[in-house]
Amino acid sequence: MAAAKHNASSGSPAPFNLKDCTLIAIATGRKAFTLVEFRDHLREVAEDSVYHHFWGGLLGVRFEEREFNNDFAVWCRQHLHDPELAEQLAVVDPGEHRNLEGLRRELLDIIDERLDSSELSHWLRAEQPFEFIRSQLVIFATGKTLARPHELAAILPQVATGTIFYHFIDARRRLADGSDDFSAWLTGFGSRYEAFRYQLATIDPFFASLSQLRDELAGLCREHCERGES
Amino acid sequence: MPEMLAAYAEVVGQDVITHLQQLARPLKGMKVVHVNSTRVGGGVAEILEKLVPLSNELGIDTRWEVISGNEDFYRCTKAMHNGLQGHRTPIADSLLKTYEEVNRKNAEQLRPQLEEADFVFIHDPQPAPLLGLCSNRRGRWVWRCHIDASRPYRPLWRYLRSHISPYDASIFSLPAFAQSLPHPEYIIAPSIDPLSEKNIDLDIAELDEVRRRFELDPDRPLILQVSRFDRFKDPVGVIEAHRLARKFIPGLQLVLAGGTATDDPEGGMVLQEVRQAAGDDPDIKILLLPPDAHRTINALQRASDIVIQKSTKEGFGLTVTEGLWKGKPVIGGDIGGIRLQVVNYHTGFLVRTPQGAALRIRYLLYRRDRMAEMGAKGRQFVRENFLLTRHLREYLTLIVGLLHGVQYRIELS
Repeated sequence: MAAAKHNASSGSPAPFNLKDCTLIAIATGRKAFTLVEFRDHLREVAEDSVYHHFWGGLLGVRFEEREFNNDFAVWCRQHLHDPELAEQLAVVDPGEHRNLEGLRRELLDIIDERLDSSELSHWLRAEQPFEFIRSQLVIFATGKTLARPHELAAILPQVATGTIFYHFIDARRRLADGSDDFSAWLTGFGSRYEAFRYQLATIDPFFASLSQLRDELAGLCREHCERGES
Repeated sequence: MPEMLAAYAEVVGQDVITHLQQLARPLKGMKVVHVNSTRVGGGVAEILEKLVPLSNELGIDTRWEVISGNEDFYRCTKAMHNGLQGHRTPIADSLLKTYEEVNRKNAEQLRPQLEEADFVFIHDPQPAPLLGLCSNRRGRWVWRCHIDASRPYRPLWRYLRSHISPYDASIFSLPAFAQSLPHPEYIIAPSIDPLSEKNIDLDIAELDEVRRRFELDPDRPLILQVSRFDRFKDPVGVIEAHRLARKFIPGLQLVLAGGTATDDPEGGMVLQEVRQAAGDDPDIKILLLPPDAHRTINALQRASDIVIQKSTKEGFGLTVTEGLWKGKPVIGGDIGGIRLQVVNYHTGFLVRTPQGAALRIRYLLYRRDRMAEMGAKGRQFVRENFLLTRHLREYLTLIVGLLHGVQYRIELS
């Protein structure tokens, strides 16, 4: 984790090492035209592919106005033309699962239920297949270290979007409580930044671009950290 | 900061450039070579023209080599290009022999630097056999396919596969283009260069000069398709769309501006067909532009109201990206990489027929408010996703990825 352990001598958390990351997509060769094929591939693909189709899009090519929070729902809506299933898949919250296997299980349950309840869903064939993708995430140091939250407020507007992805999105998979690196670091300062941490937890990261998220985080950080330092 | 990086920072933001510098730090001093078959003309050459010097400014020793061939070689590689796009025409054994022979001759010259490179990127099928001709290679070799190879002519693919399988990885522009190969297949969309002659901002006077030069009336609407004279770009279909739309928009002007590439021997034949289809219509201008007419193409794109790319096969469609970057809505064929860029009612329209294109031309020219809105969205979409800096970032990420094997998370120290 980027926010290192507690600094015993000063009583405040250890400095926050700002990191950055970048992602590259890799084809898996798996494609599905029907819901049954889709379910079968979803059962077998690597966990990283499940992750990619929920979160990877934020770092890859995407159009600003995303209707659904994951690629599975988008395909069911736009290509399989099953809006009901798309809506059910779209409300799946990956944050509710401590591991990707649990997330995969929930997706499979929804699809199986759809196949049980609708004869038509066995026969629908998409014009464009769902292409399962996996990815590689490369994480690297920025060389920037922050000692106090007001330094975060100063630097956030200039950081790369990969930094936002790593500390605010990817952290949800790494941290035991499913929060983000900024919140985890701020916890070390006691109750002073409680309101800020609460605000961070209310941000829905699915529908904005990473640069929009950066602006939102920077605004919140400025507001709360300046207050916190005074 | 080096000059080019500073110039890009002005367009894409300093954060993007700092990100590239940090990612490139562990790769400094590495030797990288790109190989393709033409220095000018076509999307690959345009990408390499800037990607290579930018990589050098990041401290990676990057070179660009071009293989040369004879007429039969280019006939063969053009047939390969068509075959990868699904054209079912067998290639004569004699042409394949020439293909291999030309590669052998080029290998004689290039072998020392290819064998000592840390990474070699081979672009498209033309130089694909080089790997098999560099037996003492020490680096990793990557085959970069810029073509829509989603439904290749199978006998051709079987032949090419034997050259491509031994590579360490391949790159395709879209997941749908990837073919079954025994190595990782990375997905990297191509990009445009915002600082190139083809994409930099131009002043009004320059647009006026181009309008005068080609006798285009600034008071009448103008639609434009820029592409090689190639059947897969469907220039005849664009002429038909223009004719259908003109019933409702008298005075609608059409420009078909075709570049030529040194590795495309079929261009002349298709150009003839296009001229025949246009007849003596004064509102259709067919421009055969030299490969370095980047600024003219830039001006034509900016002077037009709508950019068309009605391809029936398309690798990615960089002319779509260029049109969007200039704030124009794009009417594009519903295929390949155009689907990634054209979002119906947001950045333009996807169409399948000349009739569909005509309908969207009429809609956009009637709803000028939507045209402006789509144009602004398209430019922002390109800024975030399809500029050269994103492309370079993905090449660097791929290099790191290949150095670290198949693992999902790679943490650089």
